[in-house]
Amino acid sequence: MADTPGEIPVQTRCIGDMAIIYASDYLNKLSGERIERECKRQLGSGCRALVINFRDTELVNSIGVSILMGVIDAAEQNQARLIFSDVNSHTAKLFEMLGITRHVSVVKDEAEALELITPQTNAAGTSGQ
Amino acid sequence: METDIQRLLHTFAALADLGQEIADTGDFEEMLRASFHLLLGSLAIRRGGVAEYDRDGSTLTLISARGLGDSQDQVLACSNDNERRLASLGTSLSLAQSKSEAERFLAEHQDTLGATRIDLLVPLVVRDSLIGVVLLGEKATGENFTEEDLEVVSVLARHLAVGIHSHRLLEEVEHKAEENRRLYDGLRTIYKETVHAFAAAIDIKDRYTQGHSVRVGKYAEIIAREMGWTDDAVEGIAIAGYLHDIGKLIVDLNVINSPERFNAKDSKEMSRHPTAGYEILSPISHPYADIPLMARYHHERIDGNGYPDGLKGDEIPPGAKIVTLADSFDAMTTDRPYRKHLPLADVLEDFRVNTGTQFEPAVVCAFCRAFLKEIEGTSKEKRLIKLLGKNYDNVESVSPLLTQLISDLDGNDGARAASAAGH
Repeated sequence: MADTPGEIPVQTRCIGDMAIIYASDYLNKLSGERIERECKRQLGSGCRALVINFRDTELVNSIGVSILMGVIDAAEQNQARLIFSDVNSHTAKLFEMLGITRHVSVVKDEAEALELITPQTNAAGTSGQ
Repeated sequence: METDIQRLLHTFAALADLGQEIADTGDFEEMLRASFHLLLGSLAIRRGGVAEYDRDGSTLTLISARGLGDSQDQVLACSNDNERRLASLGTSLSLAQSKSEAERFLAEHQDTLGATRIDLLVPLVVRDSLIGVVLLGEKATGENFTEEDLEVVSVLARHLAVGIHSHRLLEEVEHKAEENRRLYDGLRTIYKETVHAFAAAIDIKDRYTQGHSVRVGKYAEIIAREMGWTDDAVEGIAIAGYLHDIGKLIVDLNVINSPERFNAKDSKEMSRHPTAGYEILSPISHPYADIPLMARYHHERIDGNGYPDGLKGDEIPPGAKIVTLADSFDAMTTDRPYRKHLPLADVLEDFRVNTGTQFEPAVVCAFCRAFLKEIEGTSKEKRLIKLLGKNYDNVESVSPLLTQLISDLDGNDGARAASAAGH
């Protein structure tokens, strides 16, 4: 779902009341804020679990880290589960070093994320682009 | 070791990104938000805020915040003592001092900030002046802040302080520029009103030509606009018109108000007024170019037989040529002590005969075009017709004459020099 005209939409997949959001290759201010908006939108729509898939992400800068902290806060405030999946080793080390892994589950892939969360109601739909 | 290196790299990257954000002089709010994110993200700090200090109000306003409840844009009091102390601490304070300041800040503003957690307070200082403060909550690791952490934060905070300070300076400059613009506009208004007063004073002296100077100014304005002059130049020519006869203030009143045509002696007396006008107007710093020259040369002729200096052709300033025509037009279309106003057909015939000798062809052509546009209704305003007044209630009758004159002058290169005549 794109928030502004011309903006590259964030890829999202919904399974019941879980949303899987796909981060871009470089998590900086622009892409980070898109992720944050999408996460908050999903939480506002009643999503109980968020998975941020980092399969395409090569680098997360400090702004990206801060924005992810904000997503962590938002998930906590909405009592939603937050999971990071498909994190590359460099980013995983960064998250570990900064203590992010104390507040969010980091798993190998989406399948593992799904195992952590009980899917709700019907089959997967596709939302966003 | 590897973790240390990675941490160092992450910090350097944050510093580089912060420099880039601050150097990008676009949106200040955007810069602030990005810089604040960088600060928090460098150490994965969970909550915090940036407050800007207002010296006039002795307040701190939270201009960026996360995780501090609804405190964004909150205004917090900051006493002079606090200001002095924080400014003196600067960004080189110790960890203990930073923690102590955080505790003090929380205690003073508990009502506003509520049950939030702030572990560190770092003042933002530029040239010993307090710009604001950075408030930092706990780290995501749950560990306490170290001296090294504070060093990182202090470095980033210094850059942020410079960014806020620069923005403030820019705002001040813009404010002062706006003030200056207003002052300048005010001065121009005073100047114009003074000129109008002078024009009225000039015309009062000559009882037969009440309003002459103002009309000449307006006719000149119409001609210049038709010739494509810039708005500023058009304003200038109007002023030149208002003031063109200011030299008459030194001419003998009996000569000015003589009911008969001038004799040689009267002509000589009257012919002083252009140079007198030039001498009156020269010492004044007019906001428009060549005002004194237009007063001096409005009786010059293209063929060099004018006065006071006998200038010829392009030696005569373009504005003076316009004032010459405007002056002559008003002289012929108003009552004089020795004759009534002339029919428009006679006026246009006079223009036709004297174009190229007394009058510049391009100026005559522009005048005719402007007049024709008003008669035909293609011009929205009918200023020229209104200025002619009730002496001329059948201006439409001269349309053919105007059309012919325009055609004759265009054919003879009369339409040249809209740009050459303009400023």
